[in-house]
Order: sequence, then C-alpha cells, then structure tokens
Amino acid sequence: MSSIYDSFSQALSLIFHLDAELLGIIFLSMKVSCIGLLVAVVLGLPLGVFLGIKKFRLKGILITVLNTFMGLPPVVVGLFLYLLLSRSGPLGFLSLLYTSTAMVVAQSILAFPIVAALTHSAVIGVDPVIGQASSTLGATRLQVSLAVIREARFGIVSGIVAAFGRVVAEVGAILIVGGNIAGYTRVMTTAIALETDKGNFELAVALGIILIAISLLINSVLHIVQKKGMVGVS
Amino acid sequence: MFRKAVFCLFLVLCAVVVRPVQGFAATEIICSSTTSTDNSGLFGYILPLFEKKTGIKVKVVALGTGAAIEMGKRGDADVAFVHAKEQELKAVKEGFFVNRHDVMYNDFVIIGPVDDPARIRGMKSASEAFKKIAAAGKFVSRGDKSGTNTKELQLWKMVGIEPKGQAWYIEAGQGMEKTQRVADEKRAYTLTDRGTWLATKDKDRLAMAILVEGDPMLFNQYGVMAVNPARFKGVKYKEAMEFVDWLISKEGQQTIASFKDKNGNQLFFPDAK
Repeated sequence: MSSIYDSFSQALSLIFHLDAELLGIIFLSMKVSCIGLLVAVVLGLPLGVFLGIKKFRLKGILITVLNTFMGLPPVVVGLFLYLLLSRSGPLGFLSLLYTSTAMVVAQSILAFPIVAALTHSAVIGVDPVIGQASSTLGATRLQVSLAVIREARFGIVSGIVAAFGRVVAEVGAILIVGGNIAGYTRVMTTAIALETDKGNFELAVALGIILIAISLLINSVLHIVQKKGMVGVS
Repeated sequence: MFRKAVFCLFLVLCAVVVRPVQGFAATEIICSSTTSTDNSGLFGYILPLFEKKTGIKVKVVALGTGAAIEMGKRGDADVAFVHAKEQELKAVKEGFFVNRHDVMYNDFVIIGPVDDPARIRGMKSASEAFKKIAAAGKFVSRGDKSGTNTKELQLWKMVGIEPKGQAWYIEAGQGMEKTQRVADEKRAYTLTDRGTWLATKDKDRLAMAILVEGDPMLFNQYGVMAVNPARFKGVKYKEAMEFVDWLISKEGQQTIASFKDKNGNQLFFPDAK
C-alpha cells in the first residue's frame, strides 16, 4: 500500500490538473447538497418558527421526535427511500431511483430535522417581549414571525450551517438511492468510497481535500454573512 | 442581507427546477452489474462504443452479483450483467428475467501470502487447497453473496467444511479489491477473479501470489439477461435487448476481447454462442 505522503503529493497534482470528470463530480456534489439543503430550509425554517411561537398539545412530543431525527442514520433513510422509490415499491411509477433527484430527497430528509430543531431552539431563545411588543403595536402574525426570525437569525444560520455539514458529508443514503453511477449520480463522497475501494488512494485523497476546502469556503461565507448581519442589528 | 441571501437561494432553486426538463432526449438504461466487472474498467471501455453506435446510454450500478440480481428482481434495473450462472438461471426460471446469454469468462484463482503458510502452491484441486487452508491458514471471504462468494461457498461445501464462525474465517463484506487488501493485511488466503487480481496487485502492492489456478471448478462465467417486461411495466426492454444483442454480436464480442488492462493483459474471454 502506498504511503500517506505519496497519496498526498499525487493528490495535490491531481487537484492542479482538474479534469472534466472530476469537475462534474464536484459540481454534482454541490448541486445535490445545496438543493437538498434549500428544500430542508424552506420546509424546516417555518416549522421551527411555528414550534417556537405557538403553544399547542403534543408540541413536546413533536420536538422530541425532531431532535431524535437530527441523528437519523443515513443508511436507514437510504434504505426506506430505496424501498419507496423501487419499481416494485409504492412510488416506483415516478422512476426516481438512481437519479440525482432521489439523492436530493434523501439529503432534504436528513437536513430537515436539523434546520427545524435548531430554528426552534433559536426562536425560543428570543426575548418573548419582542413578540408581545410587536403584536401590541398591531403587527400581523406574519410580521410577528418575521420579527422573531430576525432576532433569532444567528441561531438559525448556525442550524443551516450544521445541516449543510451533514448533507455535504453524507454518503450512506445517497449511495443507496443514487447508485454511484459514473457521470450521473457519482458525487464526491461516493467517489471517495469507490476510489478507496479500488485502491486509488491519490484520487480519494484529492477528492477529500477538495471536499473539505469547499466546506471551509462555504462556512467562511456564511460566517461573514452572519457578522455583517450583526452590525446591522436594529 | 438576510433577505438578499434568501432571494439568491430562491433563484438557484428556480434554475434547478427548470433544468431537468432538457435532459430527456437520450435513452438511458440501467444495468446492474458486479464490482469485479466495473472495477476492471471493462464498462468504461465498451460502453462508449455501444453508446456511439446506438445512442443508448447504459448507467451501471455496481454491486455484488447477489445484490445485482435482486435489483433486477425488484425491477430497478433494465438489464443484469453478472457472474453466477446457477443463480441467473434460477432467476430466469422464476420469471424475473428473460433472454439470458453467456457473454464471456475469466477464471478465479486462489491467492495467498507469498510464503504460503498452508503450503497449497501448485495444487491442482481448488477444493483440496481449501481443506489445507482450513487446517493451517486464514481465509478472507467476500461474505456478500457475490459471484465470487457463491463460488467460494460451493468449494467449502464440496469438502464438507462449514467455515462460518470459525476463528480462521473472516467475512469482509466488501468488494473484491478491498477483500484482497484485507487478506493481504491479515496474511490470509482468498478467492479472487483473475481480472481484479491482475488489475490491482501492483497498484495495491499486495505481498501475495497466485497459488492455485487452472482447476475447472474455478471457471467464472459471465452472463447477461434482460429484466422481464411482463413483470415490470417501467422496464426499458427494447433498449435492454439492444444491449444484450450487441454484447453477444460479433462486434460486441470482439470489443470485449480487445479490452486490455494497463499491463496489456486480456481480462475477459468472449464465449457467446
């Protein structure tokens, strides 16, 4: 087996000579992760706010379930989704198995509880006076919600960052529903698993470095957004 | 700032939702196959030629043979390209697949540590070699119902040994190449296909050698079969049969024969009738 040093030096040369296939894999990775995250935010953020503001029965149970689902094992999600999307499963007519859309669905399912639960935590951390004050000042329900989201935005962004970390590192679920098909559903993490399997450690290490670099970049951007937001607090 | 970010995200979403509409022109079929076939590089070599000729894109999902056949049985593949003839014929008989054909073969070999602690080097009978390994060595099994695993279990059965649960028997649950590496790390023996062995032994720097080969029991037949369209409505039978027919045609067979690994070894020998 090649030494770690060899793998790294060859990996670096691979990174400097990015070929079309590698670029395609990186692009698909980002596409699937970002859309999956977006869907999770669109669904999870309102739910988190709702849970934070409203009082109703069974709320405690719902929150416990959400918190539990934050740790959903990806392979289990992949397995259930596989059984659902399989041609002999209930949603087989959609022909979604082994497509990037199926991978997006898996990512959303994994990211959704994180966004919802962390949004909820952020919202309950907001001073209740904010909500009360805006309603006494005649704000509509939507306006009250927006005011609360504004106050809780740092916590919410942290939740989104955590969810992004989960989807971008995910391999188990997307391997099952995507099938790791070259040129179609092969993303960075599944490519790393495959190349490790094949003994191409240089390529696996190269992909790993790129994956971490991209995560670093995106997190830095989010951090800057958060900081700028802090300055503009009204 | 926050609102701007949300707006940008929204635009991205719109762009992506609109995009997939363009991608429906080319016909694509899904071929469930095995890690050993895929890792050898065979598909990367023959599929572009097939695609050029017919315009059909073949998407390969590589699993163990057992899982690849199951995938077809669930209707999640259009065609299966695997290597466990008995299992294949059984699945055809059960009505899951149609039009099974022999395509090509290579052979299995028993590999082990170069110093050969169980002393099986040069033995003519694979099953006798297995007996010796059980008595004086360690064995790493794929343990994943793959074609290689099926062949291995057949050999244990022949000599009346139940390897599961024995201290000397390690079930890797991994693809062929990784299993070889596990065997190398554990200084154990394993059964592998010659294609994977030739393609990986140098790259993985395995301190192993082929110790037993040439036993007719070690013959490794690859077959192709289409998923039965009567069973699953969504299956692309016509395109799947174009692929099957091409593989067993003179052109397909010649293409398989002309596929060589990096060191110029022929890995698969066409034998369609």
